Amino acid sequence: MKSKKINIWQSKFILPAVRDSVKKLHPLAMARNPVMFVVELVTVMTTLIVVSDIFTGRNFLFNLQISLWLWFTIIFANFAEALAEGQGRAQAESLKKNRSESTAKRLGPGGQSEVISALKLKKEDTIILEDGDTIPGDGDVIEGTALIDESAITGESAPVIRESGGDRSGVTGGTRVLSGKLKVRITANPGESFLDQMIQMVESAKRQKTPNEKALNVLLIALTIVFVVVVVTLKYFAGYMGVGVTVSVLIALLICLMPTTIGGLLPAIGIAGMDRLLRYNFIATSGRAVEASGDVDVVLMDKTGTITLGNRMATEFIPLHEENEKELIDAALLSSLADDTPEGRSIVVLAKEKLGMRGGDIRAPEGAVFIPFSAEARMSGIDWNGRKIRKGSLESIKEFVAAHGTPITDRVEKIVAGIATEGSTPLLVAENEKILGAIRLKDVLKEGISGRIAKLRQMGIKSIMITGDNPLTAATIAAEAGVDDFVAEAKPSTKLELIRRYQGMGHLVAMIGDGTNDAPALAQADVAVAMNAGTQAAREAANIVDLDSNPTKLLDIVEIGKQILITRGALTTFSVANDVAKYFAIVPAIFIAQYPQLKVLDIMNLTSQKSAVLAAVIFNAVIIPLLIPLALRGVRYRPSSATALLRRNLLIYGLGGLVLPFIGIKLIDMIISLLKMV
Amino acid sequence: MTLNDWLCILLLPIILIILAFGLGEFMAKVFSGTRTFLTPVIAPVEQLLYRLFGVDEKEDMSWKTYALSLVIFNIVGIAALFILQAIQGMLPFNPQKFGAVRWDTAINTAISFGTNTNWQAYSGEQTMSYLTQMLGLSVQNFLSAAIGMAALVAVIRGFIRKTSAAIGNFWVDLTRSILYVLLPLVIILSLLLVSQGVVQTLSGSVTAQTLDGGRQIIAVGPVASQEAIKEIGTNGGGFFNANSAHPFENPTPFTNFLEILGLLLIPAALPFTFGAMLKNRRQGIAIFAAMLILYLGGLSIFAANEMHGNPLLEKAGVTSGLNMEGKEVRLGIVNSVLFAHSTTVTSCGAVNSMHDSMMPLGGLILMFNMAIGEVIFGGVGVGLIGMLCYAILTMFLAGLMIGRTPELMGKKLELFEMVMALVIILTPAILLLLLSGIAISTNTGLSSLGNSGPHGLSEIIYAFASTAGNNGSAFAGLNANTIFYNLTTSLAMLAGRFSTIIPALAIAGSLAGKKIVPASTATFPTNGLLFVIMLVSVIIVVGALTFFPVFTLGPFLEHLLLMTGKTF
Amino acid sequence: MLQLKRSLLAFAGLSVICGLIYPLAVTVISQAVFLEQSNGSMIINGKQIMGSRLIGQQFTSPKYFHGRPSASDPPYDASNSGGSNLGPTSAKLLSQVQSRVSRIREENGLPADAAIPADLVLTSASGLDPHISPLSAALQVKRIAGERKMPESDVERLIHQNTEYPLLGMWGKEHVNVLQLNLALDNAFNGRR
Repeated sequence: MKSKKINIWQSKFILPAVRDSVKKLHPLAMARNPVMFVVELVTVMTTLIVVSDIFTGRNFLFNLQISLWLWFTIIFANFAEALAEGQGRAQAESLKKNRSESTAKRLGPGGQSEVISALKLKKEDTIILEDGDTIPGDGDVIEGTALIDESAITGESAPVIRESGGDRSGVTGGTRVLSGKLKVRITANPGESFLDQMIQMVESAKRQKTPNEKALNVLLIALTIVFVVVVVTLKYFAGYMGVGVTVSVLIALLICLMPTTIGGLLPAIGIAGMDRLLRYNFIATSGRAVEASGDVDVVLMDKTGTITLGNRMATEFIPLHEENEKELIDAALLSSLADDTPEGRSIVVLAKEKLGMRGGDIRAPEGAVFIPFSAEARMSGIDWNGRKIRKGSLESIKEFVAAHGTPITDRVEKIVAGIATEGSTPLLVAENEKILGAIRLKDVLKEGISGRIAKLRQMGIKSIMITGDNPLTAATIAAEAGVDDFVAEAKPSTKLELIRRYQGMGHLVAMIGDGTNDAPALAQADVAVAMNAGTQAAREAANIVDLDSNPTKLLDIVEIGKQILITRGALTTFSVANDVAKYFAIVPAIFIAQYPQLKVLDIMNLTSQKSAVLAAVIFNAVIIPLLIPLALRGVRYRPSSATALLRRNLLIYGLGGLVLPFIGIKLIDMIISLLKMV
Repeated sequence: MTLNDWLCILLLPIILIILAFGLGEFMAKVFSGTRTFLTPVIAPVEQLLYRLFGVDEKEDMSWKTYALSLVIFNIVGIAALFILQAIQGMLPFNPQKFGAVRWDTAINTAISFGTNTNWQAYSGEQTMSYLTQMLGLSVQNFLSAAIGMAALVAVIRGFIRKTSAAIGNFWVDLTRSILYVLLPLVIILSLLLVSQGVVQTLSGSVTAQTLDGGRQIIAVGPVASQEAIKEIGTNGGGFFNANSAHPFENPTPFTNFLEILGLLLIPAALPFTFGAMLKNRRQGIAIFAAMLILYLGGLSIFAANEMHGNPLLEKAGVTSGLNMEGKEVRLGIVNSVLFAHSTTVTSCGAVNSMHDSMMPLGGLILMFNMAIGEVIFGGVGVGLIGMLCYAILTMFLAGLMIGRTPELMGKKLELFEMVMALVIILTPAILLLLLSGIAISTNTGLSSLGNSGPHGLSEIIYAFASTAGNNGSAFAGLNANTIFYNLTTSLAMLAGRFSTIIPALAIAGSLAGKKIVPASTATFPTNGLLFVIMLVSVIIVVGALTFFPVFTLGPFLEHLLLMTGKTF
Repeated sequence: MLQLKRSLLAFAGLSVICGLIYPLAVTVISQAVFLEQSNGSMIINGKQIMGSRLIGQQFTSPKYFHGRPSASDPPYDASNSGGSNLGPTSAKLLSQVQSRVSRIREENGLPADAAIPADLVLTSASGLDPHISPLSAALQVKRIAGERKMPESDVERLIHQNTEYPLLGMWGKEHVNVLQLNLALDNAFNGRR
């Protein structure tokens, strides 16, 4: 998989991010993130305390330091968000670059074309595209065929064919017509294309919070409320015990307890997830779908194009009688020379190999008449020099030789059955009245597909292959690819029924599709990935579009979805676990003067009370930038059992979150006393 | 501690597990409407009651209807109890001729018994007529427990049902709880208690001519019948002021054992009921295991500390400084510790010793048991509800950490469930802190204190932990029978009760409407060891984070000061 | 309002079952089967009720065994039970304990540094605790024997006869019923006279 990773640790990203993180201090912007909003509110309070300290001539240095570190806490959190946005924007820009400058030839109502700016194109406009034109917007080919260079978006240099009518009719803005002429109907208004939607999801201000993010936010808000109550009431409990606590120390305690780490990094995690999708050339139309992809436990895959290379290939010639093997190969070669289908070409390749003909351009002999495959005859062949060579299925050849009065022998039936039971497709070859033998056509798996399917299983995802083939052929491929289940002789409606059935059992179903036929099933699936090359109907029904049109990339989506969730969970756990150490730093510091017995709680043996409070606040602030790389990269996901995964993450982020701050606060305390900051 | 002490502590969980498992399976049958061995006897009565109530047994209620019925029924009970106290002077079965109960005490008591708290600001044998004790307090002991069970059964249905709009019939669940579960158990227990010396009579006080030449007025009454439901329904309201320390409520070590077993029984059985109804018995066992771990963990700290004695007393000339203050000789320290721990983990609140006189760290354990929301076994029904909310919180984090949107037992946990679970877990905690903060900073609040210094803080924290957790036990040195405490604790009790039950039913409704996601290798099994460990950790961490400062200033500081010989 | 009507009916119906039928049934059965226990295990001498086997009494006379201090006012008030509720760091508790300890040492002729069993100087939870530990009883033997001019061994035998042991050796502590012991003491004394 190519991934266009952008290195964000360079000044052209960092400087604007720094600027943005200050801009984001605006209360209206902060209000989107309730936890950090509360932090800002109380930080303003500490600042006011410092100001009044200055004016009343009290010693303000300690309060000033607290206040400054609290401002840093907020700015660090904003910086994480701004950085993720910058990365996403850069990622999107690289996809979008070509679009804005281009113009379009719009077809007027009278049939005349006019040149307008691409930005003025509206949905349902029809445009003309010719050699060399940059496609100005997403659309559907309604007339013509052309070779398109999609490298600007997919990074894939080999051009692809787009044509009207079939399942390869979608074109994307920013790609270029190499040759051919197309009439394209535009399918999105400016600013509403898939790419535009995606860009919104990497802009914090426009981003919709996903359902899980909302639920997590509720948890963080609830924790915040509890800690506000804890800190406010503490003042009175301390008062009863004859201990006065200053407001700035209480605020310091509050900020340390509040889940600022996860609260500050939460938006960045979500945005960075979208960034990763973009990097893998996916465009998601909803954050919800990306989250759901982590839950997918059933995947429907078309056999053709996803599991196997699109076409069957000839792998063996089986003569009726040993002695006329050469005759069979010869006839097969001759009949396929002009056959341009992939099967035909594979027969030629195999025949040449068998006959030992290396290279050399063999052409159909002069005067030969090629009989192309037709739906009625269901066979193809060649007429030359009185020879009528045909290849086709058992039924069609049976009919063909029957015309010459030849019956099908048991031996022929046996060969055909033999090939079929092994899951391959038999193709009989006959010359005039005589059946020469059979060609074995076999489905060939895509490279690496069984490995990917095995990985899906490791993730707990059941793969189901769908094919129109007979059950026998389907079973063979299914076994070879290692899918968990298959549906043979599928009709277009089968997919929809299947998805509904699995959903009824409570499963979350992902499906990859490209054809118009797939649209209803895509709309029904929980995670629906459409190939960018697919039809407009398919793309609209889907919630994720794969610009590479590579169906096996579903794995990447699932991984990205899981990563986002794991990162959120891990940092929440970490953030909450941190609180224990902060209590042990600050609570003894508050009471130790009055009750020296509480020294037993000061297990970090911190230098002084002020130093303890300041160290906790500094740790709380600097942990945010330290975790930015993790938030942007995401916690690594390794397919393994859920229990193993949880155990690992609990150890790292739960236990680690418990222990790390003890060390961190102690270190910071040592630095503080070294620098004599308090 | 002697070998006997250990045996005494260890035998309790063993016998409890056996009985709880059996009862759990039985209750699963009762609440699924399956035939049990009691059906032939009880079914006719049950049918008669449905006809009387005008209830269609087959009606299936939405969570809103269920909650509405429950709340109205509960309020009717509270109102009736208030009225009964106000007019008891005019009613029969009042041999001591007690008049109307003071208004704020009556409100407090009505709410207290209606919410399964049984906080008692009054002294039982000095305030309430026999009729009030039987028809008022005893009845609420049954009803409030049955309401708790009904709410839990509805929540269990939320987990079992898929894409269903209904969570069962409140009236049926309520009636079955009483007829099949509570009544049979209390009849057995009350007769056992009487056989050991617990009184059960309708005559008035007895006057005795004492040996030393004095007169002693001995209060008696229909005690055993109330004693039994007080434990079985985790109510805790004693007939006498001294509660289960009174020899007429708890005359021997054997009755003491029966009472501890009785108050733990239903809460400990319900996880098994849950497992059986879910058809995933391991799930029930896992939740029970989490409860048992927390129970035994707290118990060992508590017991070790209390057995250690009080150095101040030792210095004053008391053998080993043994802390027998507020404890009965026939029960001894171990049985007092077992009872105190059991009564605070369940929301029972009955006491056989005076918690106020416990050692500071023991008091801390008791407060922790209540402050985390009464989920270690907990109150009848509501304890498991609270535990399931902690499970929701646990699986929300666990789910994220395995890369899935969170789910619990196949049900997706989303915004709605999160909000409701957090309301259930945090409302009592927040209220406890706020009300304690008000009490500690006002003269009205402070004037009721029975002890000063950090122990005074503990008394106030204990009062609100107990009422917000619907426990009902007290650091009884605090004079709670004042208008201030009667009203503030009433508020805590109401919030503790309804901020649990109503959101729980909302969760039930929401879950019932969802699909059940089938388990796969990617789902985290919630019936394994890792889940149990994580659940236990979440409960401890949430409790510790919320109460660290206040527990440090109250019981922990008192412990440290005690060690240095300081008194107040 | 359907649910309100049902609530009232259900409340009435269930109140009758739980609040009248249940306790009255238990009362009737108890009075029939456990007559003595259900009425308070009273000790009756002729027509005179001497007290309850389960409820402690206040003894101040030196010829009787003394029970635990009681926090109720007056002590051993069986119509208003309760404990002191004094906490472990209570100065009041400590001064009470100190005075009780010195009084007991004095009454029983013990050395000034003798440790006194906890139950004899700390108040019970109910204020009605009918028991003391065997050690607390033993400590009073000398005084009683002296007052009553009985051999100490006789007094010790009576203590032994009135000691109750833990259930199955596990639940509870050994304890002596003070009222019963004092009754036995009186009987033995009267018998001898």
